[in-house]
Amino acid sequence: MNNSLVVSSYPHIRSKETVSRIMLDVILALVPAAIASVIIFGWRSLLVIGVSVLSAVISEALIQKIMKKPITIKDLSAVVTGILLAYNLSPAVPLWIVAVGAVIAIVLVKQVFGGLGQNFMNPALAARAILLAAWPVQMTTWKKPIIDAVANATSSATPLPILKDGETWAKLPPLMDVFVGKVGGSIGEISALALLIGAGYLLIRKVINWRIPASFIGTVALLTWIFGYNGLFTGRWEYHIFSGGLMLGAFFMANDYATSPVTPKGQIIMGIGCGVITTVIRLAGGYPDGVSYSILIMNIAAPLIERYTRPRIYGEVKANV
Amino acid sequence: MGFKLLSFRGGTRPPGNKHFTKNKNIEKAKVPALVYIPLKQHVGAPCEAVVKPGDQVKMGQVIGKQMGFISVPIHSSVSGKVKSIIPFPIPQGNKEMTVVIENDGLDTLDDSIKPRDINALSADEIRNIILDAGIVGLGSATFPTHVKLSPPADKHIDTVILNGAECESYLTTDDRIMIEQADEVVAGLRVIMGVLDVKMGYIGIESNKPEAIAAIEKVIGNESNIRVKVLKDKYPQGCERKLIETITGRQIPSGGLPMDVGVIVNNVGTAAQIYKSIITGMPLIEKVITVSGRGVENPRNLLVRIGTLLEDLIDDCGGYAGDPGKVIIGGPMMGMAQHSLEVPVTKCVSGIVVLPKEEVKDEEILPCIRCGKCVEVCPIHLMPLHISAYSLKGDYESCKKFNALDCVECGSCSYICPAKRPLQHSIKVAKEAIIAENKGKASGDQ
Repeated sequence: MNNSLVVSSYPHIRSKETVSRIMLDVILALVPAAIASVIIFGWRSLLVIGVSVLSAVISEALIQKIMKKPITIKDLSAVVTGILLAYNLSPAVPLWIVAVGAVIAIVLVKQVFGGLGQNFMNPALAARAILLAAWPVQMTTWKKPIIDAVANATSSATPLPILKDGETWAKLPPLMDVFVGKVGGSIGEISALALLIGAGYLLIRKVINWRIPASFIGTVALLTWIFGYNGLFTGRWEYHIFSGGLMLGAFFMANDYATSPVTPKGQIIMGIGCGVITTVIRLAGGYPDGVSYSILIMNIAAPLIERYTRPRIYGEVKANV
Repeated sequence: MGFKLLSFRGGTRPPGNKHFTKNKNIEKAKVPALVYIPLKQHVGAPCEAVVKPGDQVKMGQVIGKQMGFISVPIHSSVSGKVKSIIPFPIPQGNKEMTVVIENDGLDTLDDSIKPRDINALSADEIRNIILDAGIVGLGSATFPTHVKLSPPADKHIDTVILNGAECESYLTTDDRIMIEQADEVVAGLRVIMGVLDVKMGYIGIESNKPEAIAAIEKVIGNESNIRVKVLKDKYPQGCERKLIETITGRQIPSGGLPMDVGVIVNNVGTAAQIYKSIITGMPLIEKVITVSGRGVENPRNLLVRIGTLLEDLIDDCGGYAGDPGKVIIGGPMMGMAQHSLEVPVTKCVSGIVVLPKEEVKDEEILPCIRCGKCVEVCPIHLMPLHISAYSLKGDYESCKKFNALDCVECGSCSYICPAKRPLQHSIKVAKEAIIAENKGKASGDQ
């Protein structure tokens, strides 16, 4: 008889889902935002993305070689980190800062804590925070959108500082410009439209679910509407949700698998927490935008949230708890 | 169908692959020259042989007697001569004492087998007939049916459910039984309801079996106390706990049994067997089995004598198609992989699936990325990623805190995991360790 039959425990079939396929989906979902950025800021955006991705992948391979661990760059997670880091940077940032940021993200935030799935903070955001503290001038030098430079020079300002100061509301660019991204800002955050296209793809592919993005954006919308500059319920929430890093943060970073709760209830709490902190920073803090800090703070709270939001199991008896 | 399908939270849908056999009638398999009948084919105590090598036996004759309450007798599936009684492999992977019988090809019936008048029987008489016929849960659980039909007096049973979900991929056994033996299935349900004095009976069938639904509904007609419940086709809908929840809305308490919520569940095949055994007097000596998969030349639904070797069955289906990778007894989600075909069909076998070599991949196990898909699909709402991680570290105490014992071992978490982690397997390891420790504690207290 045939002796080559494989014996293993069930299940004997596995779904087609793989880690690299999930990462590839995220990369594909981020492509529209890259295209938007090139249209708005020119090829410099692509250069920053390229340097960031390359530095991330190379530093992951090197650190794993040094630590004598299997090299896992083919799971594509370093590519995703590289892209996300670039998306959080100004298109005018010096390239050497980009490379330093990628090394920080991969080595310090991801691999030192055990690699894929083990990091407790979002690598791209933590790296950006460190860069901002180290080189504040270079990190906040912005680039005017090239497509609008001629037509309307005033719309180069990002809407968030304007929103902080009610006197200058007249200077707000048209909402449609903010939505498609004809404004200043970081490489990947400017076009809500492009990000929503990618987010839709990830939702359809079930790579992400609605819980964190919806509760995050919903909370920001609600709070910025309630606490308006000219009194309660007068806020320009429609500008708030399409401005700054909210779309990028809500759909691509706050719901990062490793650094957000896996429990359904926990995910909603995570989203609401991000929304509250973002709004507080935007309306009352020193920075124009609070998305990345809100996510980093909630990253630290995520394990605790997960612990207290364990789903009620089937048939759970109260006496057993 | 214009109504909303019943379903549950969690679960997943692996490819059904039922097209290989769903439209094929049940056919009689060739009866082999030698049958291998293990003396343990049920949950409970093994039987003791009441024949010895050299004895002549008839078809339907008792060859292993019941030992204790949770046990059933075992019968010869052919007429002929006992060749030997030897330890022989069974589908679960271990060896059990097995009666090997040389088939004389005559199928001479045992004298005890006589038709009966079903209307003249009391509930206790029916329980005894079910016991004497060696009937066990045919869905693959093999729990003795007469025990299930004898709930303790303090349990009030008000509902009987027949499980016709058949959520496993490939298998079409229950589907074909419902289509071809709809009368027997419904009659069997009436018998069970009568024995338990229950007024309401349901037959739960997944929506991917429209022919079976139509056949059963036709038999039921206007009868108001029996209903078909059409379920969304999703794995593991056939899991007893989910089936009861889906149909009645009741949840079995953690660690409890269906009877704790007033429900008794039987497989549709078991119901049909009960009715047939009562009417004809013939004990359980043959089973309907789906032989399927891309690794077998001619997939079929077969009526197979207990004790037929897998190799005879595969031959009956035209042999292997190409190189076989895995031979699975049961379905691909929860079945048992076999290392040889020298294993007999027992009462637990509802299907044989042969996966060709190219479908058996040795996938690389990656670190958990915390995608949360296992949490999403777990029908019991556990957190497989955490239980598995603790189990791999040997921290079974934490596994217990994360409710490892409530796992129904459906394998949905392992199926869905993109990192291909052995979630279900490691949880099972933890479960066994916790159960062993509890037993140790219990015996230490005495």
